[in-house]
Parts: sequence; C-alpha cells; structure tokens
Amino acid sequence: MIAEIGLAALWLSAALAVLQLLGGFAGARAADGIAPLSALVRPAATLQAFLCTVAFFSLVYLFAVTDLSVRLVAINSHSMKPMIFKLSGTWGNHEGSMLLWVTVMAMAGGLIAMIERRLAERTMMATLAAQAFVALGFYAFLILSSNPFERLTEVPLEGNGLNPLLQDIGLAFHPPTLYIGYVGLSVAFSFAVGALLTRAVTPDFARVMRPWVLAAWIFLTIGITAGSYWAYYELGWGGWWFWDPVENASLMPWLAATALLHSASVLAARDALRTWTIMLGVIAFSMSMLGTFLVRSGILTSVHAFAVDPERGSFILALLILYIGGALVIFALRANTIAEGERFSLVSREGALVVNNIALSAILGIVLLGTLYPLLTEAFDVRVSVGPPYFNPVGAIFFLPMIVILMVGPLLRWRKDQFRRIAKPVALVGTIGTAVLIGVAMITDIGILPLLGLALAAGLAIASFAPMYKRALRRTPLAVWGMCVAHFGVAVALFGMAADSAFQQERLVAASVGDVVEVGPWAGRLDSVNALAGQNWTAMQANMMLSYEGGAEHQARPQSRNFWTPEMETSEVALLTRWNGQLYVAVGNQGVDGRWQLRLWWKPFVTFIWYGGLLIAFGGALALVGRVIGDLRRRRYGTDADDHDEIPIDPEAQPAS
Amino acid sequence: MKTLRILLWGAVLIACGLFGLFGYQLTQPRDEFVQSALVGQEIPPFDLPPATEARPGLSSADLADGSPKLLNVFASWCVPCAAEAPQLEALERSGAQIVAVAIRDRPEDVDRFLELYGNPFTRIGKDDISEVQLAIGSSGVPETFVIAGDGTITYQHIGDIRPEHVPQLLEELRKAGA
Amino acid sequence: MRLFWTALLITLCAMPVAAQDTLPPAPYAYQQLEDPAQEESARVLMETLRCLKCQSQSIADSDAPMAGDMRHQVRSRIQAGESPDQVRDWLVERYGDYVSYDPKVSATTWPLFAVPVILLLFGGLMFWRRVGRKGDKV
Repeated sequence: MIAEIGLAALWLSAALAVLQLLGGFAGARAADGIAPLSALVRPAATLQAFLCTVAFFSLVYLFAVTDLSVRLVAINSHSMKPMIFKLSGTWGNHEGSMLLWVTVMAMAGGLIAMIERRLAERTMMATLAAQAFVALGFYAFLILSSNPFERLTEVPLEGNGLNPLLQDIGLAFHPPTLYIGYVGLSVAFSFAVGALLTRAVTPDFARVMRPWVLAAWIFLTIGITAGSYWAYYELGWGGWWFWDPVENASLMPWLAATALLHSASVLAARDALRTWTIMLGVIAFSMSMLGTFLVRSGILTSVHAFAVDPERGSFILALLILYIGGALVIFALRANTIAEGERFSLVSREGALVVNNIALSAILGIVLLGTLYPLLTEAFDVRVSVGPPYFNPVGAIFFLPMIVILMVGPLLRWRKDQFRRIAKPVALVGTIGTAVLIGVAMITDIGILPLLGLALAAGLAIASFAPMYKRALRRTPLAVWGMCVAHFGVAVALFGMAADSAFQQERLVAASVGDVVEVGPWAGRLDSVNALAGQNWTAMQANMMLSYEGGAEHQARPQSRNFWTPEMETSEVALLTRWNGQLYVAVGNQGVDGRWQLRLWWKPFVTFIWYGGLLIAFGGALALVGRVIGDLRRRRYGTDADDHDEIPIDPEAQPAS
Repeated sequence: MKTLRILLWGAVLIACGLFGLFGYQLTQPRDEFVQSALVGQEIPPFDLPPATEARPGLSSADLADGSPKLLNVFASWCVPCAAEAPQLEALERSGAQIVAVAIRDRPEDVDRFLELYGNPFTRIGKDDISEVQLAIGSSGVPETFVIAGDGTITYQHIGDIRPEHVPQLLEELRKAGA
Repeated sequence: MRLFWTALLITLCAMPVAAQDTLPPAPYAYQQLEDPAQEESARVLMETLRCLKCQSQSIADSDAPMAGDMRHQVRSRIQAGESPDQVRDWLVERYGDYVSYDPKVSATTWPLFAVPVILLLFGGLMFWRRVGRKGDKV
C-alpha cells in the first residue's frame, strides 16, 4: 500500500511538473509575466515539493519496516540491520538516491516558488519553467527506468543486506547534505537559463540568485567534508582524498559553485562579470548532472560507483544532451543580449575576483580532464590511470597562486585601486608567509608542495582577517564576518592537508600480546585481543594502551570486523585525537606465528582538514544569515540601500563586499 | 562579444564531443581485464619449485626448450579454474603441452584440486607470493598464455577457457610453431 | 580464532570470499623496510601504483593479496638498491601505463600536460584582454 502511494505521488509530481512547465512557459512569454496558466505555476511547484516528500518518506518507511515485497528493500536491506542503517540505507543504493535527488530538486523548486519574491515575474516564470523541464527528465528517469517502488512477485524470506562499508553513521550525513548541495544548484541553473531567456541578466537578478547558491554551496561543502572524513576512518588506510572519479564528481560542482558565488556577488555589487555568472550558473549544475552520469552509468571504474548499468547510463546521457547542450546553445544564441558590465581596472577587487574565477575554472577543467582522460584513451584501446601524482601538482599550479590572490583580494577596493595602498598589510602577510617557508624548510625535510602549502596557509590565516582591521567590529555586517571566517577556513584546511602530507608517520608491526609498539611521539602496548559480536557482525578486537610522549595512557580498540549478508570484512579503526593531530590505529590479520598485524599512523593536524571544511561552511552560513537579515530589514523598512552594500560606517572605508 | 560567441559555440562543440565519447563508451562492453604488456616478448627468467609431488616444478628454461606450450595460471581456490578444466583436457587431447603455475596454493590443496578436476599439466610451479605472476604481467586467475618454442609469449587469454575458445587457442599454438 | 582464520580479508576486492587463498601474505606486504629513507621512497612509490584487482585503489591502500604481493616486490626491490623509477618501469613493462597513477608524458598522454599549459595561457590572455580593453580609463 505504502509503496503504491509513493509511486502515485511520484506520478502526480511528474504531472504537476508538466503543468509547471506549461504555465511557466506561458508566463515567460507574456510581457508582464502573467498568463492564464501561470497562476498555477507556484502552486504546482509547491505541491510537487510536498508530494515528492511523501514519496521519499514512503520509501524510508518501507526500509524501516523492511518490507521485503519491495524489490529495492529485498536487495539492499536486512531485518537484522540496526535501525539507523535501515533508514539511511534508503539512499544507499541507486534508486533510493535517485529518489532523494528528485525530492531535493522538487523541494528547491517549491522553495523558490514559495519564498522568492524579489524577481521580476517574467523571469520567475521562465526560471520555474526551466526547473520543471529539468525535473521532468529526472522524474521520467526515476519512474521509467529506476522505479524504487517496484514489487517482487515472490517475497524472499530475508533481504540481501547493505554493504558493510555503508553501515556507518557517515551514510546518514554524507549523501543527504551532498545532494541538497549538488541538486540545490539546479536552482542556479534554472535562474541562469530563466534570466537568459528573458534577457534579465542584471544586478537584481544576481541578488536574487546569490542566497540560493550560497545555501546549496554550504551544504555541498559540508557534504564533501563529511564524505572525506567518512572515507578516512572507514577504509582503514588513513587516506582522505584520492581523486577518485566519484570524489571528483562532487568536487567539480563545488568548484563551479564557489566561483559562481563570488561572481554573483560581483554582479550584485558592481554590475560586472555578467557573462561569467551565467556561465558558471549553467556549469555548476551541469557538473552535478555529469557527476550523476559518471557514477551511475558504469563507464568509469571507482570504489564508489553504485549502479553499473549502461542502459540507465544512456537515459542519463540523453538528459545531459538535452539539458547541458540545450543550456549552452541558448547561452550561445543569447550571448549578445547580455549587456557589457561596468569597467574595472586590473588592480581592483573585481580584478582579483576575475583571477579567482579563472583559477577555479582552470582547476575544474583539469579535474574534468584528468577524470575523463582514461575514458578517452580507452576509446583507442589504450588504458592509462590518472591519479594523485597528476592532480596534486597540476592542481597546485592554479591553486597556490589563487591562495596568493585570496590574501590580497578582499583588501582591494572596487573598480580601481592602487597596490601601494595595501602595501603594508600585504608586506606583513608576505613576511609571515616567507618566514614560515624558510623556517620550516630549514628545520625539516619536506617536499616543495607541502612546504608551500604550509607557508600559504600561515599567510592566509592572517590575511583572511585583515579586512577586519580598523573596523568597528560590532557593526561589521555579518556577511563580512562570513567572508573572513570562510577564507580562514580555507587556510585551516590547507594547513591540515600540508601538515598531514609532510609530517605523517607510519608504522606497520606484527605484534604479539604484550609487545610494545611505537610510532612518532606515541608509545604503547598490545594488551590483549578478544572476539566480539554485534547485531550483524563478529570481530576480533585488539586492546591497546597508548600514550603521547609519556603522558596519560589512552585506550585504542581497533577491530577487524566480519559481516554476514553480504559477507565482507572491514577494518574499524581506533582514533585517538589530540589538538595537534590524530593517532590512527588499525588491526589486520593474525599471522601464522600468532602475531597480529597492527597499522599505526601519527597524523599531525589532520583534523584541521575537516575543521577547515566546516569553518568554510560556517562562514558561508554567516554570510547567508547576514544577507537574509539584511534583505528582510530592507523589505520591512523599505530602505533604499542597495547591495553594495552595507552602508559604510566609516566614510573612508570601502564597502566590504 | 564576438570572442564570447566563439567561445560559447566552442563550448557547445566540446560538450558534443564529450557526449559522443560517452555514448560510444556506453556501447562498449565493460573490459575489466588488464592485458599483459609482455605479449610478443621473451618470458622473464624464473625457477619455481614443484607445487605438488605429482609433477616437477617449472622454470623459464622449460618454456624455451623448443616446443610451444600453453602456460596456465591457476589456483585451487579459484572457482572459474575448476570450470575450465574440461577445456584444458580437450586441449591436452588435441596435442597441446600444458604447464601451470599455481598461485598462493598449498600442496594439499593443489592435490585435491587436481584429483577433483583432472591433471592435464606436465609441470606445475609453486608461486606463493605471485612473483612469477607479476613477472609475466598476469593480473588474475585463471589466465592462459601461449609460449613459443624459444620462450616468446605469443598470446594471452584472460579468464577461464570456454569451449568456444579452444579452437582459437589451438590456432595460436599452431602459429607459435606446434 | 578459527572463525577469524576462515573469514578472510577482502575489504574492497571484487573477488567473493570463497575465491581467496589461504597462504600468508608475502614477507614485505605488511612489513616496513628497516631503513626509514628506503621505506619512505617505497611508500611514496606504492601510493602511485594501481592495485590491479581492485576497483580503483593504490597498492598502499588495499588488503588484496595481489596488492600485498606487489608491495612485497616494491619493497624488496627498493631494498636491493633499485630506484623507484626502475621499479615503476618494471611494472609498467608488464602491465602498461594502467598500473601507474602517475602518467608520464608520452604519445598517449600529452593532452594531459598540454591542457594545463593551454589553460594558463588562455587564462592569462583572458585577463590581459579584459584589463587591456578596459584599462584604467574608468
């Protein structure tokens, strides 16, 4: 019954999407945006959001009660799984995650329909029509080729179970946040296409788009950070990023969205970078769709790939051609309707942001190239592998200069500035960075990339709060705080990455019970090994006591776990976290001689990577709240203050963003 | 504006190219196998002890003794290796000389496997740490190589030998000088 | 312990549990070299070599027996005095470029290196044109 309700809700949503498309189209054609059908557009969008939520929670319910008559549940779940994994297992498979995709898309569309009132009606209609058009393709994909509610004629006695690697709290966080971000960018896409179609690429439009992009971007940042940390502790080897195709598929939209965010801010504040903003708006969601294609079609090998089905792949490819191809063609045709923006000189905040855009786009291009390259050569029967040894240095070519610009950019004035004006803060930051560079190079013996990373992180950490200098801190707009915190987060993450890469220490040891083990500043012993059982697994657990530089002893209990249904062995690592890093302990098999294989890593400051990621998201959240409050205040008090911006407190000081 | 137009249509072109590539790749069968890059070259020197008492060990010299052979890389714990046993028998009956390398196998397990599925091999080498497997560019079990009389690897068959592959292998063996 | 012996390590391998060997890992699969400098260069190399039986992992990140055997080869060769490049070449000679995550410039990989250069030039050009055209005359 519930499954049928879910499926019916999906069909209804699809029908409403058709209505939304037709009404939006009609509205976009009318001069004032009002046509007979267009009155139905907003209700249709809102109702879609509601119905998709119903469908989604129907599926969650089916997983919660392990309804084995539903094919998806039978293949992916098991009655003995812990409840949290039953629930999060809803999206731990192709159909379920696709339903999540469609639901987020419907919710995003519904939200803009309900809340967004600042946009000209015609453009709004065009936007909602575009959103409906894209949604329709994915509804069709879901209903026609990936029906999550399909029933089985013969009900099995038990389900196949969920991949043990997914039976982790990470599954509860990573996909939902990632999808809200990933698919939330569809709104940016729709706005861009809507603005193109109605020739409305203006600062007002950017002001409307900005908070939506910001919101999606915040979730995407959290999603990627969560995914990285999850892979780190789940896979048992301490790696947090491998440039795996699926990881890249989530990074590419993020790069585009970051550039879009900054570009939209420039457009809103200074009426420049119009073309960039539209281009990035289209590219961001295009990358999301491309990512979905790569991950579900089976054409790329990856540990993360979840569906390997060329037929479904063809369906998504058709959608890609329609949407990405269509958007790019519309853009090419309407390129001349985008008026030239305001001018600015090389040394100006706009100039710095253009460099920022170029750098992010270049990194995006490189990640795309590296990810797709093996696919290209396979067409010629040549097999190559492209991994970290390529992405790290080549990405750094663009990333490191970008960090340098990041240090300087926020200090520059709009439109035209002189370098000499900011010479003092830049000199200060430069000195600190160089001092760190030379100091670390002299004391240690690390590679050039981590060295530069450390130095730039140090410089950026100071530089990110430089815009606060000489400001009345309590009256500084929240959006400016957000910017500083987010940039500081980049410095923190970069520091973590460089420190872990440079100073990590590894120790592999075959230990008998009672043996002493050491790694870096840690020392301890293996006290005992015992067997354990859980709800759907058994394990051998190594009990160790370790202390940092002779200090207090802490317990570490890594496990080597065996799941059944499906049968798989996983490594549950033990983590001992300090302010200055993490001890990562894993236990492997017992050798013939009875000794246990232990793997220990001392990873200095590795946690900064994810703290940094969270800080970036937090900064974004501050900026979003600041903007929304500012907007509400403006609406209520009807002030004329336009977006550049926050009225300068100090007439001498330039507006912040 | 003109440059922008050119750029944008360029982007459309690149997108089309990419979609074409994806479409093409979707039609191609998923090829998970890694070919050995040593096909056409001489087999590297090695000397393996016997994997079982029933047969002598295997060395590269044995493979360069003038007569072409089939080299079968297998293991008792490998399920498809059992499936290809009838085909190996068929090949042996057709006159092919087959030698083998047992990967990561205990003598008693190899004995049990040969008892269950037959023993078409004249020699079986014991490769406990996949050393020879890595040295010849084999990446899994089962795989079968055609080695010419002078020790040159002329052909590689990845995966278990199905009935339809038998004529092909005999043909390759013939080309190698059998 | 019996239970443990029978449940073998597969982690992320494509092979089902039944099709796994029972022999212990190769000596240097899970053992570091005594010389820290050699171990470090071995580790760096292992992180760039692909595990052939896994979906997409380096041999440093995999518990597959073949990955262990490859690690053994890397470590024993480094210990014997070979340079990391020599070890990599030995593997590429046998498995082609696929086994290395570090693409070298060659006839099949030149676009990977040409494109970043093109992007640099292009980016610089874009920026210069923007600025040149709209100079300081604001």
